Amino acid sequence: MRNMMQKSALVLVLLAAGAMSALAAGSEEDFKAAYAAAEAANKEAGKLRNQWTTTANTLAAAKKAADAGDFDKATASAREAEALAKASVFQATSEKTRWKDMEIR
Amino acid sequence: MKLRSTIYLASAAVAFAALTFATALPSGAADKVDPAADAKAFRKFFTDKFPKVKFEDFVNGPYSMNEDLYRQWQEKEQFPPYEFALEAGKEMFATPFKNGKTYADCFPNGGIGIRQNYPYFDEKEGKVITLELALNRCREANGEPPYSYVRDEMAALTAYMAFTSRGKLMDIKIPDDPRALEAYEKGKEYFYTRRGQLNFSCATCHVQSPGERIRAEILAPAIGIVNAMPIYRSEWSGMGTTSRRFTTCNSQIRAVPLSPQDDEYRNVEYYLSYVSNGLPISGPGARP
Repeated sequence: MRNMMQKSALVLVLLAAGAMSALAAGSEEDFKAAYAAAEAANKEAGKLRNQWTTTANTLAAAKKAADAGDFDKATASAREAEALAKASVFQATSEKTRWKDMEIR
Repeated sequence: MKLRSTIYLASAAVAFAALTFATALPSGAADKVDPAADAKAFRKFFTDKFPKVKFEDFVNGPYSMNEDLYRQWQEKEQFPPYEFALEAGKEMFATPFKNGKTYADCFPNGGIGIRQNYPYFDEKEGKVITLELALNRCREANGEPPYSYVRDEMAALTAYMAFTSRGKLMDIKIPDDPRALEAYEKGKEYFYTRRGQLNFSCATCHVQSPGERIRAEILAPAIGIVNAMPIYRSEWSGMGTTSRRFTTCNSQIRAVPLSPQDDEYRNVEYYLSYVSNGLPISGPGARP
């Protein structure tokens, strides 16, 4: 069981890390685009009733960095938030059938 | 020749359809919603996993899993930490609303000894009604503002109502109504669905790992977990309702909690209560 949990956690971390690797230095325009993409992905997670607290925190961090004029940091945070939101969408979608694997029968 | 080919094709199509239908049947049958079979399997799972625990002791959560904790809890029960909430709840329950009516007017048997029948499925509304929801509806019907589902007033009221039902066996009914079965099934789905960044479901802790530690806490078994609600938690330094327990569980696994008494929470309470049928009400409880 612990192995399964570790594997699942690893998949989610890798999903997040994969998107993070595409990071590049960001301008204000880059930030705005990244932030909009993250918000859209998080909205999709909301429709699936499966938002993560970490996505909201990372979006807030992105906004805070942008307000301070640090668009490199803001863009990086927004891209991280998008990766987190996409992972939550993936989780909600795959769990639509996978939950039955855990059921006591 | 053409006719023969057509016959072959038609036969093949019929055979394929029959095969598809035949293979679909068993999985369709397996997926049939059968709450009684679920409850039986649920009970067997926990009694097999913990053969030394008396069935009625499962309602004592982590205390049923650990002898040292059990002894500490018995001593704590001499002066239970939920006592203040219980007294407050009793007083609130008896105090008339501005219109002169009381909570007793909203519930069967004057609200005494009925905790074991909640939540129930309301066939008029087509939804699950929890005790917390029924209490707030009672308030609103009598011109009073609703209480927060996660704060002390609601915990005190439900503590008193649970106390008057102590020892009564959980007795949740699923009426012969497809909407009730759907609510039950959705509750089950919620219970087993992984969510949050930690990728946990309710079952991850309370089916796969009861008795094990998560940080300093010993996890409670899912069976009978709702029978002890509401609870005084030392970690919270106060009382907590079922709504508070669900929303904080979600936050702990880094999932954004839904609003208290959203359909998902009502359904999962319905499911968990049904599979705990036959276990005594032990609320209000105290937990580390």
